Amino acid sequence: MQEKTLQDLVLTDGSRLIIESLARSGADAFICYPITPANLLYLYGSQRMELMLAAPDEITTLQWMTGLAATGKLPVTATSFPGFALMLESINMAYMMELPMVIVLVQRLGPATGTATCGAQGDLLLLRGMISGGHPVPVLATSSFNDCWTLSARASEIAVRLRTPVVLLTSKEEVMTQKSFGLSSLEEIKPVSRPLYDKDDPYQSYKAGPKGVPDFLPVSQNVHQVRLNASTHDQQGNLQHSSEEALSNTRRLEHKVVQQMKDYLFYELDSQDGANSLVLACGITAAAAREAVGMMRRDGHRVSLLVPKTLLPVPQTYLEIIGLYSRVVIAEETMNNQLGELLFGSSRPAHIRFAGGLGKMISPREIIREVMS
Amino acid sequence: MTRPMLKTMPLPYCKGCGHDLIAKHSAAALEKLGFYPLDVILVTDIGCHGIIDKCMNTHTVHGLHGRSGALGAGISFGLQAPGKKVVVFIGDGGATIGLQHIMEAARLNLDMSVVVHNNMLYGMTGGQTSGLTPQGFRTTTSFEGNPYAGYDICKMSHTAGATYVARVLGIGDISGDLAKVFGQKGFSLIEVMEICPSYGVKLNPGRKLAEVVKSAGRETGVWTGSREDFSHRQGKKSGDLLSEVSGIAKGSEHRLKNPLSIVISGSAGEGVQLAATLLAKASISSGLQVTQKGSYPVTVGVGFSTAELNLSPGPIHFHGIDTPDLAIITSEDGLNHNRKRIMAMQQGSLLIDSGLAVPETSARVIRRDFRSVGARNAAICAVLYFARQFGVLTEEILLHIMEQEGKAAKLPIEKIRQVIES
Repeated sequence: MQEKTLQDLVLTDGSRLIIESLARSGADAFICYPITPANLLYLYGSQRMELMLAAPDEITTLQWMTGLAATGKLPVTATSFPGFALMLESINMAYMMELPMVIVLVQRLGPATGTATCGAQGDLLLLRGMISGGHPVPVLATSSFNDCWTLSARASEIAVRLRTPVVLLTSKEEVMTQKSFGLSSLEEIKPVSRPLYDKDDPYQSYKAGPKGVPDFLPVSQNVHQVRLNASTHDQQGNLQHSSEEALSNTRRLEHKVVQQMKDYLFYELDSQDGANSLVLACGITAAAAREAVGMMRRDGHRVSLLVPKTLLPVPQTYLEIIGLYSRVVIAEETMNNQLGELLFGSSRPAHIRFAGGLGKMISPREIIREVMS
Repeated sequence: MTRPMLKTMPLPYCKGCGHDLIAKHSAAALEKLGFYPLDVILVTDIGCHGIIDKCMNTHTVHGLHGRSGALGAGISFGLQAPGKKVVVFIGDGGATIGLQHIMEAARLNLDMSVVVHNNMLYGMTGGQTSGLTPQGFRTTTSFEGNPYAGYDICKMSHTAGATYVARVLGIGDISGDLAKVFGQKGFSLIEVMEICPSYGVKLNPGRKLAEVVKSAGRETGVWTGSREDFSHRQGKKSGDLLSEVSGIAKGSEHRLKNPLSIVISGSAGEGVQLAATLLAKASISSGLQVTQKGSYPVTVGVGFSTAELNLSPGPIHFHGIDTPDLAIITSEDGLNHNRKRIMAMQQGSLLIDSGLAVPETSARVIRRDFRSVGARNAAICAVLYFARQFGVLTEEILLHIMEQEGKAAKLPIEKIRQVIES
């Protein structure tokens, strides 16, 4: 064959993009217990991250990550529901201690171990209620390969800037499927900067800065005393029962996330003039939604598309956009419309329709059928 | 004078509690070894031992019940500075729920010291029996005495790989014993035996600590190991995962006008996924957009192996395939896995090994003896047939990709030609 020029296109998968993006944005430790369908993330994480540790279970995974975060590392793990369920108490601990980390949650079909090799989107409401007290943890959802790249870096940034665990929500089909992809479309990623407390005054581990986030100091330094605490505590990190100072600290945990996440509002809105219908889908189903909207427009129908990427805390913006349409179809790989319940509670308005199902990807045709019915 | 480990304040323990002794003597031991308070990271968790934090001038990390072993391990993994000391305080209840964490740290021989405060029951929650409660010892949940033997945490840690393990009675000056533990490099553990004054003493009147420990077969002593202490031994690292996926050279143009969905299915170990990848790369080389998805049983070495491909001249958003435009079936396993799909095909083509019974279908059926080139080559033979006969991309470009990937040399090309030209 004659000499060929290399194209920009490669055959790759979302797992590779996620791990590379996390590494470039500053994640430096990968702790994992193997689980399908997070297998590729584990493989790449072990190859790419400066430090890789194979934990004996998912509780240990989160404990090790928290310990590493206390020394100044930015740890990452990847798991699916069965593993995530084991991590929950320890995620609460990291949240309470205000230690940064990124947890890539690859959704698969449940309940329980369900079907390891079948995709799903059934973990959203679990994420909404994962912290005792109902405090939100930042959750970003990928809906394309470009998202795997950009949102992973944003996840690192949020984790460090807000001193919190962040969940990067994805699903089996997003991280295991190979696709042709142009690498030149990827934005440059730089490591997130991490300023440390540098004053002479005694350090208080939970004394909040202007944005509600305390300055960080690792336990590896020996200038200031650091107190980290998973129980209710005061600004110094000392255990308290329910003093006003301690409860104020707990309230701050919610406030800092809700207030600062306004800077991390990511969504895709493809609105069409004159459209009365809106298709709303996130994650893997966003791909079907994009296809469905394209097909309907080619047939002369006017329809808009909203792909939420910042899922938690719930941005008010989504409700404002939805309010502009007389028919809204939420598409999701569940039987109970978790995104709808997240947005509207258990009593959804009549014009909010649902295209869902279990154990299979929602197809563009199913979405179109619901929009047109 | 250096700052002491302990603040000058009364410790928050019941009168006669061994935890008080452990805290004071741990502080003395660390000072004796020359540690400064901020050299020490004290990791505690839920239980009476954990309320010591506020009395310490060290760094303090207060975690979840029973998890201080793992949390301390995480800190130990992350510490790069020499001269630091991770000290883990844990109760007998915590050591029960967190047994695996302690064993894992001992197995790896991580540089940390664990002090098990074994007061023989869960003190904070009302005096219940723990996994380390000695047999016969009375608790609020075993008034007639614990009917079961407790874990020997020392023997277990020693066997798991710890450098230094000790058991002592929590009486008198134990700072020397603690100093030996804290002075180790690698994993060290000391089990300090106590009787909880609030529950244990009252429920076991007249019993002395030494007698309880002896009758439970828990002799005091020291056990040493010789395992190399932990160091990070990372394998070869990739500096850039993206550089490992090379761009695909542009070959001759494809002749595909509309998206084409393909299912290739055969048996595990017969090259189905490889054939799909080669076809996917050849399609990209031809200027097509591609998705490729594999599915197989969790036991990857047996049963069906199916690959789903979408080829398109334009962008592909949705990659799911319900009923394919083309089904390529090379074995009975593949046929069984896709029988319903094939029967649902109202159009398109079924490319199937001639040894297989064709299910009822409206697809155009093409039968060829793919397996005659060997079971491992059947799927590759089938995709070469597709390239030759379907006109979507050229056979030349597919062969070029096979060569590039180092897969062409072992192929029985002449036999394959006979099949694809038939």
